Amino acid sequence: MNLDELLAQLAGFFGGSAEGGLFVTSDGLLLTLQLQLIPMALGLLLSIPLAFARNARSGWIAKPVWCYTWLFRGTPMLVQLFLIYYGLAQFEAVKDSRAWAYLRDPYCCALLSFALNTTAYTTEILAGQIRRIDWREIEAAQSLGMSRWMMNYRIVLPSALRRSLPAYGNEVIMLLHGTSIVSLVTLTDITGVARHLYSETYDPFQPFMIAGALYLSLTWLISRLFLKMEHRWLAFLKPASR
Amino acid sequence: MNGDYQQHIVAGVGITLLIAVGSLLIAVTLGLLGAACKLSGMKSLYLLSDVYSTVVRGVPELVWMLFLFFGAQIWLNQLCAWLQIESIDIDPMMAGIVTIGFIFGAYMTETFRGAILAVPHGQTEAGLSLGMSPLRVFVRIILPQMVVHALPGFSNNWMVLVKSTALVSVLGVSDLMHRASLAKSATGNAFGVYLTVCLVYLGITSISGWLLRLCEQRFSRGIRQAL
Repeated sequence: MNLDELLAQLAGFFGGSAEGGLFVTSDGLLLTLQLQLIPMALGLLLSIPLAFARNARSGWIAKPVWCYTWLFRGTPMLVQLFLIYYGLAQFEAVKDSRAWAYLRDPYCCALLSFALNTTAYTTEILAGQIRRIDWREIEAAQSLGMSRWMMNYRIVLPSALRRSLPAYGNEVIMLLHGTSIVSLVTLTDITGVARHLYSETYDPFQPFMIAGALYLSLTWLISRLFLKMEHRWLAFLKPASR
Repeated sequence: MNGDYQQHIVAGVGITLLIAVGSLLIAVTLGLLGAACKLSGMKSLYLLSDVYSTVVRGVPELVWMLFLFFGAQIWLNQLCAWLQIESIDIDPMMAGIVTIGFIFGAYMTETFRGAILAVPHGQTEAGLSLGMSPLRVFVRIILPQMVVHALPGFSNNWMVLVKSTALVSVLGVSDLMHRASLAKSATGNAFGVYLTVCLVYLGITSISGWLLRLCEQRFSRGIRQAL
């Protein structure tokens, strides 16, 4: 392994080349981060109403959400991505619609399938915590005359979101690792760059080790971040120190 | 014609299950070893298993799979050249089983470690004070009691493991996904093909989830529920 070659390969992971600057393209790290953050944001937004719907008393509301999470949590992310990327193209209705401009693009398909996937997991995590809320908190809220909306907004949701943190941290890491499959639909994220370099040099060690190190650092960063957040927002669950 | 490809795909379920169960066996073995190392009290063993569980769980399965499959082949070639024997090609299926087992061994390490710690320490002491060897204490006293604590995490790991077997198709193993991509090229019915695969995976995860819940109920008979 010589240093020049290592640096030249490393630049590729940051969307640049040995000659040009870094981040000229959005290949590599930037793409992985986009595929991580956009579905995460969508998932968080969507999962809050869905989690309440999942726990709704009416089966007409709860069952469809259950069915959705069952479908997406029971099948591999890879199949979901392929189903959307390859599968939708064969319907004339999809091809004629305005959405086709996006659905023919592997990037948009990846965003869509990851968002659907992570929303399903996040919904279940949040719904579980909503179910597990202490009945005394609900009683206290009711005794203060809070309306259902206010109780959910002020009492149930903040508490459930806090207690979801550890499980949600795991889901975020799972999503990060899941994004590596986009290299199978022609996108060059971190794994895609590594595969590309491998096919050029026939040396699997250096490219995949760089990719592994990048993922490991990202995973470490995420888990540190979540530890910090848990420290801050779950402090009330820690055993009292003497 | 339309039904043909479905039969061909569903025939791949055996290979998918074989990979899943084979790698589960490796994962459980590695997980028990890893957990034992973590709790052994020896610094070097702890460090070894800590590095294993951290590094493996920090890198995506796909990257591990490609790295080990291509990398191990080069190592093997070098070894064969050095021994001056004809080079051996790694069987993709074995590579898939070993890689997935190796990855999920790290997850199992953490699950088993937590489960062992959940068994009160007095149990170990009682066993030792009766003159049992540490190994015997582990097998007769700790193992039966840790099962109930390990099952939820174990079920979760199993589900993730089954789903990650879809990745071995990248190595060229003719599992569900690989057969599906062949059928896709042959029939052009990508949606139907991948929907079939989805349903098969749903069947596997739903049935095994149901069985594991039954196990959990059975093993937690002696435990008083909080509410």
